[in-house]
Amino acid sequence: MSRTPTRARALTRALAATAATGALLVSLSACGKADMTKQASPFAAAKGSKSVTLSVQTWVGAQANVAVAKYLLEHELGYHVDTVQVDEIPAWDALSQGRVDAILEDWGHPDQEKRYVQDKKTITAGGGNGVTGHIGWWVPKYWADAHPDVTDWKNLNKYAKQLRTSESGDKGQLMDGSPSYVTNDKALVKNLGLNYQVVFAGSEAAQITQIQQFAKQKKPFLTYWYEPQWLFNQVPMVEVKLPPYSDACAAKGAKDPQSIDCAYPTTPLQKYFNTDFAKSGSSAARFLKNFHWDKKDQNEVSEMIASNGLPADEAAKKWVDEHPDVWKPWLTKK
Amino acid sequence: MSTAAPPTTPGVLGAGKPGPLQGLLRRRGLAKLLLLAVAAAVLVPLAAAAWPGGAWPTALTVDLSGPLDHASNWIIDNRDSNWLFVYVLGHLSNAVVLSVRGVYLLLLALGWTGVTAGVTLLAWRVAGLRIAAVALVSFLVSGALGMWVPTMQTLALMIVAVLASVVVGALLGLAAGLSPRLFKLLRPVLDTMQVLPAFAYLLPVVLVFGIGVPAALLATVIYAAPPMARLTALGLRGADAGVLEAVSSLGATGRQRLLTARLPLARKELLLGVNQTIMMALSMAVIASMIGAAGLGDRVYQALASVDVGSALAAAIPIVLLAIVMDRTTAAAGEKLGAAPSAAGPRLLRGWPAWVGIAAITAVVALVGRLAGSTIWPAGATFAIARPVNDVKEWMVNHLYSGVPVVGGTADWAAHFTNWVLNPLRDGLTALPWYGVLLVVAALAWLIGTWRTALTAVLAMAAIGVLGVWKPSMDTLSQVLAALVVTLVLGVGVGILAAGSKRFEAVLRPVLDVMQTMPQFVYLIPVVALFAVGRAPAAAAAVVYALPAVIRITTQGLRQVDPGAMESARSLGATRWQTLRQVQLPLARPALLLAVNQGVVLVLAVVIIGGLVGGGALGYDVVTGLATGDLAIGLVAGVAIVCLGLMLDRVTQPTERRTTGKGA
Repeated sequence: MSRTPTRARALTRALAATAATGALLVSLSACGKADMTKQASPFAAAKGSKSVTLSVQTWVGAQANVAVAKYLLEHELGYHVDTVQVDEIPAWDALSQGRVDAILEDWGHPDQEKRYVQDKKTITAGGGNGVTGHIGWWVPKYWADAHPDVTDWKNLNKYAKQLRTSESGDKGQLMDGSPSYVTNDKALVKNLGLNYQVVFAGSEAAQITQIQQFAKQKKPFLTYWYEPQWLFNQVPMVEVKLPPYSDACAAKGAKDPQSIDCAYPTTPLQKYFNTDFAKSGSSAARFLKNFHWDKKDQNEVSEMIASNGLPADEAAKKWVDEHPDVWKPWLTKK
Repeated sequence: MSTAAPPTTPGVLGAGKPGPLQGLLRRRGLAKLLLLAVAAAVLVPLAAAAWPGGAWPTALTVDLSGPLDHASNWIIDNRDSNWLFVYVLGHLSNAVVLSVRGVYLLLLALGWTGVTAGVTLLAWRVAGLRIAAVALVSFLVSGALGMWVPTMQTLALMIVAVLASVVVGALLGLAAGLSPRLFKLLRPVLDTMQVLPAFAYLLPVVLVFGIGVPAALLATVIYAAPPMARLTALGLRGADAGVLEAVSSLGATGRQRLLTARLPLARKELLLGVNQTIMMALSMAVIASMIGAAGLGDRVYQALASVDVGSALAAAIPIVLLAIVMDRTTAAAGEKLGAAPSAAGPRLLRGWPAWVGIAAITAVVALVGRLAGSTIWPAGATFAIARPVNDVKEWMVNHLYSGVPVVGGTADWAAHFTNWVLNPLRDGLTALPWYGVLLVVAALAWLIGTWRTALTAVLAMAAIGVLGVWKPSMDTLSQVLAALVVTLVLGVGVGILAAGSKRFEAVLRPVLDVMQTMPQFVYLIPVVALFAVGRAPAAAAAVVYALPAVIRITTQGLRQVDPGAMESARSLGATRWQTLRQVQLPLARPALLLAVNQGVVLVLAVVIIGGLVGGGALGYDVVTGLATGDLAIGLVAGVAIVCLGLMLDRVTQPTERRTTGKGA
């Protein structure tokens, strides 16, 4: 019984201390407005002044861009670089808030572009990164070699039976990946009258694992995929021809996404910057504006990361050492 | 011998008095069912006539996508100008950033030597030598895995999140503990918060705060504060009435009574609350990384994105170690509170000198570390486990995936499980008319609980229909049910074995500890490698995740069965199997029901995350909502998950009246 008062007093003191700390923290920030769209990460570099935050998307091509940009920013320009993994559309939001300074590879998001670049002007377009992206449907090469006519969509129904899985029931399985990726596959299957079921793997990781698994057993599969992608080096695939892409078809699709009945376009991949960052005139902003390479370079780095298991930093160093002719101009060009 | 067994049972049960009670219940259950049947006979034809067809009638759904899209656009457009954001939420977010940064910089300043020394000494002071050793090894291993900086980030986030959760929870609990009316109001809310999958409410938090640490921290606090509040309230209310009477007769004021009697009396519950809060917060570490928590969780998430199980494991191990250290330390502190003060160790280790000593030694060690070189973990002293782990995984996948003689490969099992269990179950549930589902839910919930729980369950189910996500919800439900059955069969089986053999339990315990603290995400990718993409891997991950809790509860329940009852059964010549079946299991029924309840909640949480590996249904909608910032899809699916969780909890949750009746 004699112990309890001290304990209680200690408790009061602890409570009071916590309350005081909380009040102090709030009051520290409470002098006026607190725009949370302008707040940095608590884990940002302590030095503060020379730091850049880059968005890394989940696919390895994007990781290769960021790895090389990060390496050069740190070793040639003396910046501290933070990377954040964010899905594509939330990345636009983070970019407009300044939590991220740059996206180095975007596959085309017209809605977001209109909102943030044209209307709110919080994001500035940064030009292409030099790589062209293409989305499509692909089958493994070993299967296409045995059945050459599978590479035309008109013959797909003939093969639906071979592509059945427990998830697709009595239809063939068309495997899609992450829900965040650009896809019209459900509309395509319906509008082209295909006897297929779109099965979403749920994440790119799950999709890659499944493709590797199929390939190991030399089983046939049909998948939504895109290039440039390092997995082609491990599992060679052949694209299935869909009805050709046309502007008229794209315009129709923009009005009603359910009506699309042609292939995906070929997209020059774009860079986007936070407007404040782009206008800052810092050497990092200039460097990222000049960042421009091609599919071969990107794949070289991607493959070192993904299939040779090199840490991104080391892969970037290796590429940087071998290709000064490509990156030197990024530093000097105005 | 078998003739001798049946008569013993009623006698044994009679000792615990539930014999007549059970009969009464059965009769009451029958009455409830009859009443329900009458209601159904009247209502079902009406419903069937008004809305023909088995699926939820479209006339009864509300399309929320318009208003939700509008709300989401409004938030994005006004986030930097509206007063609510600029003057209220902005400060909140700013305070989070400042405090996390403060703690993080402090940890970095201490360096790895200082942090390790500080934590070890703290564990020694609070919990004794053994746990101090565990803490020391844990921090050294985290550093050696090359995870020092992310570990510090996670630790900083966790320290702030746990403090905030404890303060918020304690304040809520204090209010509920002192005011019976508030308690009545808060109790169901807190109970419900504990069964909700955290995945469901990430999206609204992200929308308001944007991707980043403030959003992650708030989601963690929402998840981790309820147990603290609940236990605080329970502890305050459970205080011994005699002591309180004595204190007030001595003329203590209300405030004095609270501070000198009620709070000290409730300290065990308070510490248990802190312990649970810590565990819940750490289990959010990876999920929160989906909305920008950084640290270890982000490493796990990034590694899984590139199918790198080894790297994911390297980042997951420190999370598990942090959890074990924090759990053991707080648990030991709780036990010590009960012990006599003289047993609290040598004189030097008591009172303020001990704390000063800890601070001084930590400072000295930190300084030594600083002088000796860098404050971050030396780069040379790390070993990479990613490669070997990946090799092991590859080997397993290569040899187990398919075509294993006789038993077949794991992928074949998954296909069978999908074709023979999941598909029929899903098709059956979808084909069942909606009023049929409501009736079944009502009957189950009412039989096991009261009309209140039944009403909640039915309303939750109806809400799912109104939101227009009936079909995906049935899909999710089928996965939950299938995984639950597997979990219960395995869990109760292992639990019975563990209850029977002390040695087996001792071997099992650390395994269960690790399984329980492992972030759910880490299970997902190896599961895909073994069971292919689809609903089967989601179910498999759910089983693995829910198993430890079910095994634990079963073992404890069986252990607590009155040894006298078992002895008398054995003396009457019952075999071991008969004793188990007719005495032990019936007497452990409350524990088994609790196991079902816990199992359902845990399975649901992982089946939802299974949306990331092809689980489809509601989980996929939440993932889509998060990935595309689509509030209409994500929030509706989130609410549906909440309703489903509520329904499943109510259907499996025995009311207190009955549990206390059984315990007596």
